[in-house]
Amino acid sequence: MTTLDTERAEVPSSPTAGPWRTAWRDLRRNKVAMGSLVVLIIIVLACIAAPLYESSIAHTDAFTSNVAGTITINGQTVPVLEPSTEGLGLGVNPIAPTWTAQYFLGSDNQGRDVASRILYGGRNTLIIGFASAILCCVLAGIIGIVSGFFGRGVDAVLSRGLDVLWAFPVYLLAICLSVVLISSSLTIGPVTLSSASILLPIVIIGIVYVPYVARPIRGQVMSLREREFVQAAVGAGAPDMRLLRREILPNVLPTIIVFLPLMAAINMLTEAALSFLSIGVQPPDSSWGTIVNDGVGLLYTRPWVAIAPGILLAITAVTLNLLGDGVRDALDPKARLRGAA
Amino acid sequence: MRLHRIATVGVSLLAVGALAACSSGSSPSPSGSSGAAASSASAVPSGSASVGNDSDVRPYDPAHAGGTLTLLAKGAAGTLDPKVNYTLQFWQLYQGTYDGLTAFKHVDGEGSFTVVPDLAESIPDTTNGGKTYVFKLRQGIKFSDGADLTTDDVVSSFQRIFKVSSPTAGSFYNGIVGADACIKAPETCTLEGGVVGDKTAGTVTINLTAPDPEFLYKLSVPHAAINPKSAPTKDAGNTPIPTTGAYMFKSYDPNTALVMVRNPNFKEWSRAAQPAGYPDEIDYKFGLTVEAEVTAVENNQANWLYDPPPADRLAEIGSKYASQVHVNQLTAFWYLPLNVNLAPFDNLKARQAVNWAIDRNAIVKLYGGANLAQPVCTILPPGFPGYEANCQYTNPAGDTWQGADLEKAKQLVTESGTAGQEVTVIVADDEVNKAVGEYVQSVLNQIGYKAKVKAISGNIQFTYIQNSNNKVQISVTQWYQDYPAASDFLNVLLGCASFTPGSDSSINMSGFCDKKIQAQMDDALKTEQTSFDEANKKWAAVDKAMMEQSPMVPVMTPKLIDFISKDTGNYQFSKQFYMLVDQLWVK
Repeated sequence: MTTLDTERAEVPSSPTAGPWRTAWRDLRRNKVAMGSLVVLIIIVLACIAAPLYESSIAHTDAFTSNVAGTITINGQTVPVLEPSTEGLGLGVNPIAPTWTAQYFLGSDNQGRDVASRILYGGRNTLIIGFASAILCCVLAGIIGIVSGFFGRGVDAVLSRGLDVLWAFPVYLLAICLSVVLISSSLTIGPVTLSSASILLPIVIIGIVYVPYVARPIRGQVMSLREREFVQAAVGAGAPDMRLLRREILPNVLPTIIVFLPLMAAINMLTEAALSFLSIGVQPPDSSWGTIVNDGVGLLYTRPWVAIAPGILLAITAVTLNLLGDGVRDALDPKARLRGAA
Repeated sequence: MRLHRIATVGVSLLAVGALAACSSGSSPSPSGSSGAAASSASAVPSGSASVGNDSDVRPYDPAHAGGTLTLLAKGAAGTLDPKVNYTLQFWQLYQGTYDGLTAFKHVDGEGSFTVVPDLAESIPDTTNGGKTYVFKLRQGIKFSDGADLTTDDVVSSFQRIFKVSSPTAGSFYNGIVGADACIKAPETCTLEGGVVGDKTAGTVTINLTAPDPEFLYKLSVPHAAINPKSAPTKDAGNTPIPTTGAYMFKSYDPNTALVMVRNPNFKEWSRAAQPAGYPDEIDYKFGLTVEAEVTAVENNQANWLYDPPPADRLAEIGSKYASQVHVNQLTAFWYLPLNVNLAPFDNLKARQAVNWAIDRNAIVKLYGGANLAQPVCTILPPGFPGYEANCQYTNPAGDTWQGADLEKAKQLVTESGTAGQEVTVIVADDEVNKAVGEYVQSVLNQIGYKAKVKAISGNIQFTYIQNSNNKVQISVTQWYQDYPAASDFLNVLLGCASFTPGSDSSINMSGFCDKKIQAQMDDALKTEQTSFDEANKKWAAVDKAMMEQSPMVPVMTPKLIDFISKDTGNYQFSKQFYMLVDQLWVK
């Protein structure tokens, strides 16, 4: 019958609790993971509320240049981009963080509110990170299961394909694909992804990490294929599809789920790297990577433009990793026990 | 001309030229004197460009001779061949190394626009109706490899312009008799009847197909430098060609450094044209980031950086190091070419809408503020020959830029029926160009288009936007003068002959060709043969007529920052070729 490794774990569980409920209970007991989840939810909610912040608090347009704009601070009207008045009067500096509602984190070199852009940028970064992680895990799951289950020629073809893909340094491959597709756009059958669409980085990042996830899944499926309960099902005359659906997939699913938050973190960092190189999210849209890029030219005078999205990116990546560890421990207590030993 | 100038992230572009700082509408003075008193004189009346007085030539001070001058740039500027290279970065160095028959005066300030005899003994009067020049070579000049300079070298140098396919072969030197055949078959170029040497008399005769009042200017740029007859008939690349000037190139590795040392065979023959230099050696090092370059100059580890200081260091160097900063106005402008052959800008109202919408002051801010640039409305920069204050797209109305009018722009877009169309702005990928591109994108979105911005490497952006096959609708680019004449902006940038469909060398990026305006330009060129002042009035009318058709959006004229170390002295700025590198003191 269908079984999960977790069912055979030494962790005590109630006789009626299923494996998922047990896992959820274990996850809730993991304070670090739950703390990370709370932080992550706060970040996600803040990013979802970006339009509200923009219109009701910052009162700015996060996507329109405001180079000649002014704001009122302490009753004084000052330009958003302030010309230098010292010495020869060279250069123009974006307004520094006001720590008030408007321009809380200052402005970028287009006179746009950095805080608003960070919230909007977070939406893109999170969407790309999670969507590409889901795409990657789905593709990797299909390839890994098919390859591991059918073996022989199918495995040889799919595995070599993964080997070829993995032979390229991930970032180099992502950069090459981005450069080509952003300059032309991507057409798959009747669907065309424009160069400015965030679907492009989702597809690119989702694909380049497929071997990273697919290969351990393939190994696990090959191992499961030889297990007694699978052999028993084979002996009972179960067809391949039934074996895959009832015996293999339920046992591989926890692994895929464990990969999800970890891949989301990795993919967010990859997206940030591509956007930093101007080949990810395209202006006037923002992501944390594009804002760090905007801030590089202002490091000496307005470091917050680069530091703030960098900190958020780091916090989000850490919380996802901690959450991923918690999910892994909950779904596969053996791994935790092995780690403890 | 356009020149690569490495910026913070990628590449920004600059070129030869500088602003005639005399009163607006005046011409550069042939006598080298400054100000309005000289402004009414012709730039270079045919056959009479003169030495003028040499009061602006600083005497040599041997007490400051010696030492090593260290220059920094993020990257090298490509080939070292003076006939091929078309960048400010190396044209600046060619001033102390290569010589032509004539030269722009090697001095600080206004006099640097004056043409003086260099390898020629004097500037001859033209004969044959302004079509023939007979130059007599100076005697006793040697190349850095020890060979004597002869008339054969001069003849072969002019042939070499075509044999190496110099970028200006077809535009500057196509008026020489025989040039047509050379353009068609460069490898067999002889310029028969066009450039004729007489060894015995020591003269070189140049025959033109038609009078060209700007010809002496063209003889004074590095593409007309005299190389030895033995110079290769293809691009010499990284291999130095022997020089006649005060310095010679010792070694060149584009990845690391270019080293210049004194030419052992050089003896000063004209301080105005080719003065002896001060440093014993000039090391031009490549590869540092611009941030690191600024820090090196601040710490006295280098004497000067070629690249513009990053935006976030400007306030620092303008205050803490103000005495080491030199800001000079350039005869140049930043502009947005609008492709008149592609939607939506094949519609006059759509083009005019962009001219109304772009806030020039905003772009000035993005460049570094009002002390580093000023907004413009015309194609000719303020103070340039032919310039007349005129601003057709400003609100409130005035002769100079006042402000943008977004509402009018939106109305024009609606009237044009182009609202909602997709527009891509092509920019170079350096910090300032990208910022300007993002601003333009934002404005285009505001007036009703769906705009996106595409940043591509500065190494290829300039040629990319020229090629009509790339279907560039609008871009951000710059133009810097080759020499101080209105035609170098108007006829070069928007003349019918400058548009070559499918070519990477089609400088008329707008693809603009208006036969009526072209006839006006031809008339102005003809008038230059008799009077530059009369011609300049006609050029002003051409400028106005062009802006009515709105094939581009002129946005600003920039200034140049030179940041030198504390121990560097004798800074001089040639308005034609910028800082006089070999005249700097390091001792």
